[in-house]
Amino acid sequence: MIEDPRAKMVRYMVIYTILTVGAIVMMVPLLWTVSTSLKTRDKITIRRLELIPDPVAWENYPYLFEARPILQYTRNTMVIVVASLFGAWVPCTLAGYAFARIPFPGRNIFFGILLATMMLPYVVRLIPLFLFFDEIGWTRTFGPLILPRVLGHNAFYIFLYRQFFRGIPEDIYDSARIDGCSEFGVWWRIFMPMSRPVLAAVSIFAFSFAWNDFLNPLIYLGSNKELWTLALGLNALQGFEGEDNSLNLIMVFSMLMIIPMLIVFYFGQKHLISGVTAQGSLKG
Amino acid sequence: MAQASLKAKHTQSDVTWKTRLQEWWFRNRALIGFAFIFPWFAGFIIFDLLPFVYNLYLSFTDYQIGTRGVPPWIGFENYIEIFTDDKLFGKSMYNTVYYLGFSVPLRLIFAFLIALILNLRVRGMELYRTLFYVPSVVPLVAATVIFAGFLNTRYGFLNQFLVLIGATPVRWLSSPDAIKPSLILLSLWGFGGQMIIFLAGLQSIPDDLYEAAAIDGGTGWHRLIYITVPLMTPTIFFNLLLGLIGGFQIFEQVFILLDTNGGPLQAGLVYMLHVYNKAFRDFEFGYSAALSVILFLIIFVLTLMLVYTSNRWVFYGDAQDDET
Repeated sequence: MIEDPRAKMVRYMVIYTILTVGAIVMMVPLLWTVSTSLKTRDKITIRRLELIPDPVAWENYPYLFEARPILQYTRNTMVIVVASLFGAWVPCTLAGYAFARIPFPGRNIFFGILLATMMLPYVVRLIPLFLFFDEIGWTRTFGPLILPRVLGHNAFYIFLYRQFFRGIPEDIYDSARIDGCSEFGVWWRIFMPMSRPVLAAVSIFAFSFAWNDFLNPLIYLGSNKELWTLALGLNALQGFEGEDNSLNLIMVFSMLMIIPMLIVFYFGQKHLISGVTAQGSLKG
Repeated sequence: MAQASLKAKHTQSDVTWKTRLQEWWFRNRALIGFAFIFPWFAGFIIFDLLPFVYNLYLSFTDYQIGTRGVPPWIGFENYIEIFTDDKLFGKSMYNTVYYLGFSVPLRLIFAFLIALILNLRVRGMELYRTLFYVPSVVPLVAATVIFAGFLNTRYGFLNQFLVLIGATPVRWLSSPDAIKPSLILLSLWGFGGQMIIFLAGLQSIPDDLYEAAAIDGGTGWHRLIYITVPLMTPTIFFNLLLGLIGGFQIFEQVFILLDTNGGPLQAGLVYMLHVYNKAFRDFEFGYSAALSVILFLIIFVLTLMLVYTSNRWVFYGDAQDDET
């Protein structure tokens, strides 16, 4: 189809205008966050729009580390992240592999249960789980946050692995088995190395869900400041001081939570889409 | 000499041991299958099944902070109280549905339209895609805290901007009328996740369909209505379902932005906050369990209805006869 060059010009201008305006609107809250995080205390309470901080208060960043136990928060958050990644890499891949490749009696029933649990909202389990962990004395500890994650209690990850593993040709599996490779060996030597996209995608999910988790740390760790995660620390900074004159520190803290996420997504974005969609897991 | 033969013997027994183990592995595949899913299954029993059943049981009891031993069975009393006596039940349900009613469709529309434009494959698309996607990578707690500042009546960006262009500033988080729109605004900021899913779906539509339409003289509008939208219905359905299920459980944003009452006139008291308050502020676990069961039933019925009606509008590729 031959298009009139002038019409084409107009079309491109419309497209770029929409995209540019939209992108600016989307980025403004983040730009404002960066700018506010670099403002001095007296500048944040000026009731006039001032996007470029003057002077630039770089010292806000080191100051927050002094004012709040950021390193401790980070360490606590990393405990949950590591538990999450372990669960995503070992028990979840094994289960996904079994559902995809090992025939065992009742496999379809178990898989049906797995799918059903994906639909089960957390709210109907919240209270009994809290009472249970309270009963065994695990509240105010990492236990309730770690145990489910270490066991790979995440149907979504297992489902993604299973979908991906099913896409690996059966011939490869068969020839490895004929050559005397055990199930464990097939999983470790063939499926895991071939599954980088889905591993990357699930790792990103595992990292970001653990990094962002708020409700669980709130319920289980809320009364034990020693074990607070970054999310709880940030909430306390804004909720406790709550005054407008600590807005710059709140934004410094927000930046500290955002930057690792940006790094993880930057390195993982290539795999994110291919790992999740390549095998058709989103198509019905 | 003796040493060499000993070594040979050793390797041989090693080999038979290895083959035997392999044979055993092979004969017991089913067992290995069970072993591989065991951690998940144990987790399912401990963290899904038992809590779900116990929650159902709790909802028929009067379990409160001082309750010792077996909580007293009170039948449907919690449920009767919720439907006849609990003003906050209706209020929180209204707030949640109000929030959903705007945020879910608006997010879908924005995500779909921007994905359509980004899929045009013109120069610089990767940069734009990143810019639209980045806000949805921001952790929810950080996004909420940022919005608390961004929407601050005096020092926030939005009001200062409104003043700059001569509009009236709004008390976003302290006037009852503006709280729900603020929450919707916050949810819209994160439409990038859905946009990426749409984009992946759009890129999997084969080009030859569009070429065929172009040969038949179809305009851009025709291509959108007769090819793109029908082929995207599974993705739309997926995003709609997840959006609704997630939207019903909105909690953190409200908890962080507002006080536990849900702000002035409780305009921001969403359903999950009501459940949370009953359990972890008032320690009425039985009552809170009943509230959670109701939310579960609503989500469950809604999911069933959506899945049931989906075969009327979701196109799965093999039902081409319906289209002509």
